[in-house]
Amino acid sequence: MPFDVRLPTVLRQHAGGQAAVQANGETLGEAVEDLVRQFPGLAGQVVTDEGTLHKFVNVYVNDDDARYLDKLDTKLTEGDVISILPAVAGGQG
Amino acid sequence: MLRLAADVHRQMVGHCLDRLPEEACGLLAGPPGGSTAEVCYPVKNTDQSARTYTLDPLAHLRADRDSDERGLEVIGVFHSHTHTAAYPSATDVEKAPDPGWHYVLVSLRHGQAVVRSFRIQEGSVAEEPVVVEGL
Repeated sequence: MPFDVRLPTVLRQHAGGQAAVQANGETLGEAVEDLVRQFPGLAGQVVTDEGTLHKFVNVYVNDDDARYLDKLDTKLTEGDVISILPAVAGGQG
Repeated sequence: MLRLAADVHRQMVGHCLDRLPEEACGLLAGPPGGSTAEVCYPVKNTDQSARTYTLDPLAHLRADRDSDERGLEVIGVFHSHTHTAAYPSATDVEKAPDPGWHYVLVSLRHGQAVVRSFRIQEGSVAEEPVVVEGL
């Protein structure tokens, strides 16, 4: 089933400028794979080569950080909204 | 150029002062693709540090949704430097997440807030003028 995926501005260039797209899958990982199939430019932006969530992004299923759910194995249910946001950090060091 | 609504400027600097001695951080939202910050979202620094910041991710999600509902989008991030100049550190440059964003630094080094804004693209830093509207 299709899920809404909200993309951060920095990734929209890889998805034809769209702020929100749709992806299919039973799990978050499958939905991300489908996303990359549709928009190959997103490869490596959300999931690392090792198949884990990239540390430079925070991925939410509704209001829950996927890292505190089952990560990419998180099961999706109808109506879930996936949000991808950049991790924002820095400092005077 | 980055334009800050007077309320945004006041809220941003106020948040940075309130959070001393920690670094403070937050997001700025405005019309999509634009350079005017109309809304300020003070966000918790989950590092709770005087030297580094990490934006609370859940607060980021909420700010993103709220700005979307207002027809705006996040156009930049601000954070304070409590004892260095208002200039991006090597860490700030390395971790800059979005080349389209405005990166606002609020230095509190000399007691009085100094606000400067930068674009950070592919590791290079370019300062831009900051205009506070309505002052």
